[in-house]
Amino acid sequence: MKPFDYIRAEDTGHATSAAGQGATIIAGGTNLLDLMKLEVLQPDALIDINRLDLKQITEADGGLRIGALVTNSDLAADMRVRTDYPVLSEALLAGASGQLRNKATTAGNLLQRTRCYYFYDTAMPCNKREPGTGCQAMEGATRLHAILGGSDQCIATHPSDMAVAMRALAAVVEIEAANGETRHVPLSDFYLLPGDTPHIENVLRKGDLITAVILPAAPKGAQTYRKVRDRASYAFAMVSVAARIEMDGDTVKDAALAFGGIAPQPWRDADAENALIGKPATKETFNAVADILLKNADPKKDNAFKVPLARRTLIATLNELCGKDVA
Amino acid sequence: MNAHLKMDKPDNRNRLDNMAQGLIHTGMDRPEGPLKVTGTATYAHEDHQPGMLHGVLVRATIARGTLDSIDAAAIEKLPGIRKVMHGDKFLRNPAQGTANEAPVQGSSEIYYLGQPVALVVAETFEQARHGAQSLELQVTAKSAVTSPDSDDAKVETPDDQQSSMGDLDAAMKDAAYTVEETYTTPGHTSAPMEPHAAIAWWEDDKLILRSTSQMVKYNVNEVADSVGISADDVHLMSPYVGGGFGSKLGISPDAVAAALAARELGAPVSVAMSRQQVFESTMRRSETVQHFRLAADKDGKLTGIGHRARVSQLPDESFSEPVTQATPFLYRGENREIGMEIVRINSTCAGSVRAPGEAVGITALEIAMDELAVKTGIDPVELRKRNIPEKDPSDGRDFSSHTLAAALDDGAETFGWKDRTSGQTDGEWLIGYGMSSAVRVNMIGESHARVTLNPDGTVLIETDMTDIGTGTYAILTQIAGEMLGVSQDRIETRLGDSNLPKSAGSGGSWGASSAGSSVFLACEKLRQEIAKKLGCDEADLTLRDGTATAANKQTPLSDLVGGSPMESTGVIEPGKTMKEVRQATFGAFFCEVGVNRVTGETRLRRMHGSFAAGRILNAKTARSQCLGGMTFGIGMALTEELIHDARDGHIVNRDLGEYHIPVNADVPQLTVNFLEERDPYANPMQSKGIGELGICGAAACILNAIHDATGVRVRDLPATMDKVLPGLPDL
Ligand SMILES: Cc1cc2nc3c(=O)[nH]c(=O)nc-3n(C[C@H](O)[C@H](O)[C@H](O)COP(=O)(O)OP(=O)(O)OC[C@H]3O[C@@H](n4cnc5c(N)ncnc54)[C@H](O)[C@@H]3O)c2cc1C
Ligand code: SF4
Repeated sequence: MKPFDYIRAEDTGHATSAAGQGATIIAGGTNLLDLMKLEVLQPDALIDINRLDLKQITEADGGLRIGALVTNSDLAADMRVRTDYPVLSEALLAGASGQLRNKATTAGNLLQRTRCYYFYDTAMPCNKREPGTGCQAMEGATRLHAILGGSDQCIATHPSDMAVAMRALAAVVEIEAANGETRHVPLSDFYLLPGDTPHIENVLRKGDLITAVILPAAPKGAQTYRKVRDRASYAFAMVSVAARIEMDGDTVKDAALAFGGIAPQPWRDADAENALIGKPATKETFNAVADILLKNADPKKDNAFKVPLARRTLIATLNELCGKDVA
Repeated sequence: MNAHLKMDKPDNRNRLDNMAQGLIHTGMDRPEGPLKVTGTATYAHEDHQPGMLHGVLVRATIARGTLDSIDAAAIEKLPGIRKVMHGDKFLRNPAQGTANEAPVQGSSEIYYLGQPVALVVAETFEQARHGAQSLELQVTAKSAVTSPDSDDAKVETPDDQQSSMGDLDAAMKDAAYTVEETYTTPGHTSAPMEPHAAIAWWEDDKLILRSTSQMVKYNVNEVADSVGISADDVHLMSPYVGGGFGSKLGISPDAVAAALAARELGAPVSVAMSRQQVFESTMRRSETVQHFRLAADKDGKLTGIGHRARVSQLPDESFSEPVTQATPFLYRGENREIGMEIVRINSTCAGSVRAPGEAVGITALEIAMDELAVKTGIDPVELRKRNIPEKDPSDGRDFSSHTLAAALDDGAETFGWKDRTSGQTDGEWLIGYGMSSAVRVNMIGESHARVTLNPDGTVLIETDMTDIGTGTYAILTQIAGEMLGVSQDRIETRLGDSNLPKSAGSGGSWGASSAGSSVFLACEKLRQEIAKKLGCDEADLTLRDGTATAANKQTPLSDLVGGSPMESTGVIEPGKTMKEVRQATFGAFFCEVGVNRVTGETRLRRMHGSFAAGRILNAKTARSQCLGGMTFGIGMALTEELIHDARDGHIVNRDLGEYHIPVNADVPQLTVNFLEERDPYANPMQSKGIGELGICGAAACILNAIHDATGVRVRDLPATMDKVLPGLPDL
């Protein structure tokens, strides 16, 4: 770990100005500290935001405003979340372990880095860690990697469960900039695909502090989060689906589908959703949705199974939410 | 006062059964347990010394080549850095178990990515780690063989690992039923909770080493040879070990680097490996490719077995995963071909990991047997019972005892094997049942222990034997307590110190029987002395709760000891019984799995093991060993896999986040039964090894259940969802 300065933020302005001068924000530290110990990240200074007043979940505009420092445990346990946004609670509880969720924060979770093995190993070339050095995963071990949205520079996945649920819920990220201004960015616009710049993962600028995530009013219909993983707990998703379906008789009235484990960001495909909305809840419809979702899938040998796995997981999830018998 | 026994003939006296204290076999709590759960048992890296410096190892980042120079000057300028070291005494990899000498040394030749080639020593751990991460290595790459599948890999077929009997080809041709399949298992890592670590300091010319060692007697010689000093000048202490699972059998690079740095700097130096270093710089279990041929007659009786296995290893290492170790004697069949191939590659050293040999070899055999059961339509339990040999089929030796049939029956009964119904579902989950046999070779190693009976009636047990979390403190206390009639609170057990009598150490499941027998023998001698004082026969002496009873007369033990302590050293040595009969432990596994019909995820629902391992010394710690073994089996079956990058041989998933050992949620209710057994050929306690039996074949039970649930036969472990998925019905 490279020696670093430590600053404790007095208020959000202090945090953004320190960050604006190059300090790295630390919240729960559950991802940042691991990466610092390995010197994957080598900040000169940390600005600790843990004492800021960003730990509240409040009702706002019919929805919820979740402070950036609300822990994953507290968010998952919140009665309003459990009642109105169960997909979010389920996604949080499917992630990490109890101990980690007690430390991990809402903003930190959104900004956690990929688990790509080569990103974590400083002896390996990695365009995300050191732009221009190459991508060692491309011809290497790719079980964790993306089948959609990758580029020839990087095929890493975004590992968060929480963010997948928030994507399905059309969450909005509230950001305070170093100049004191606050802006709101829908999660759909927050993450960037790797393209030629896999080291730039989102729209945050130097000095930006996430202050909250805002959920719109509780959506209608049924919600669920389904995570498929290599062991029963404490493993990242191979494929996950956050789904919300509102039915009108046998017809799908409205739907939102977001996916984890298969793309560089929580993945949503408007065409796939459109193939579902207004259609009868049948096997044919569900297969058509999966066809659209996966038509551009570009897997490697190790992760080719994610194509059929994503299809099957999606169909089973739709069956469940539409009240069909899975068998 | 010495007692020395060479196991040249069976001991049928079952002496422990005739003692009066009632401590042996009970589930007595570990005496050191409270220290461990309160964090006051000092593990190697916690025994901080005044003025201690911290060293961090630096890894080679190429698979093969030379280390030409290091930029030490740049690092030595950083704050707190005291020294950057490399050189010809650095260990390339740990010593193999019982090597008793230094492993390959020298940091100028690089043999694998991850080889520790330098050490950065600083005032604080953080300074040393940063220095290590910043150190630039100038290397010249040479051509490397980075995958066992590579075309330029050299394949060795050691003569002593090939054997054949009869004519297997003919047996296959004439057989009513055959199975011919290839099974593969991936590399595994030991994954002990406590990473490898050492603290070294010198007192004059004597090296004092706090290390995390499984086998003190061997480790002393290995470190002395590595550093270039006499073994008499090494004092090694390893009183608590946070798990070893084979990875701490031999001295490891951290300990030797710490010793060299401490000598160079004239201060205590600690070196602890990071989790990533434990993965890549200690030992891995080799991946295996196993080709099986089974020939059976119309009744399912085996007429032939062929088992050819390929494993990999670094150049210049004598160990190879003994995959075929138990194949020769588990089942019948007159025609046999057994062979091993070793591929030399530039990848982390292969060594002993959790029951080397049977853990993977019997797993593959037991899947093959399940395939045979399906083909013949014979119940898999019955099929195995029909194939239990009378004598070791490879050489006609008698078995010291044979408990497989009993374990199969007991396991089937306890699990309710007969009542299972195939084809059940539970929502999305397809339910299946599986079973497999367990077998592990049994042995002892020479072991010495001193037992002192103090004038106040308390007892001191001393041996360099280790407790690697397995329960040695408990069982040695119980053996002495039982033999001398002393309650556990009046017994102190001192372990893991090279100044104490030399034991076999912990490994190969031989620790409890070896060290335990030496304590037993020392106590037996003390009993004889006490009997002499009372003028009675030792056999007529009853010792209980500190009182000696002979001829209806009771005498407090403390009165008998007199003014000075009575002391005895017991020595057990393996003898003819290890060669003249075939000694093994046996067992049987049964389980129920659910396989998700959508995703191919497998979740174990319940699992049972019935085991026979001679006398059970402590019912609780023995059960814990089996639970641990079965849990390893769950990992082997479903999740554990070292992923190597074929381009440079390095281990890609180098942490416990991505190397998936089972977590609590993966381990459902496990149950364990022990069969009553006394094996007179094993040792004077009639006990046998229990540490590894629980993993030997366990994974096959789960894989066989997956087949029962889905019809998918996974022959390429672990059975992750991607391997099950293609065989599941469309949705
Ligand atoms: C073993 C293990 C298993 C895990 N398994 C899962 C899993 O299954 N599913 C899952 O989703 N996650 C999993 N995680 C990841 C875990 O969810 C994240 O580590 C955690 O959410 C990060 O939150 P934090 O508060 O600790 O972030 P930190 O580590 O403190 O920060 C992460 C990043 O966010 C930035 N940051 C933090 N707060 C702000 C802010 N307010 N404004 C701007 N930038 C900010 C930091 O600068 C840093 O770059 C796992 C982690 C571990 C270690
Ligand atoms: S996939 Fe992305 S993170 Fe992984 S090695 Fe390639 S560039 Fe780096």
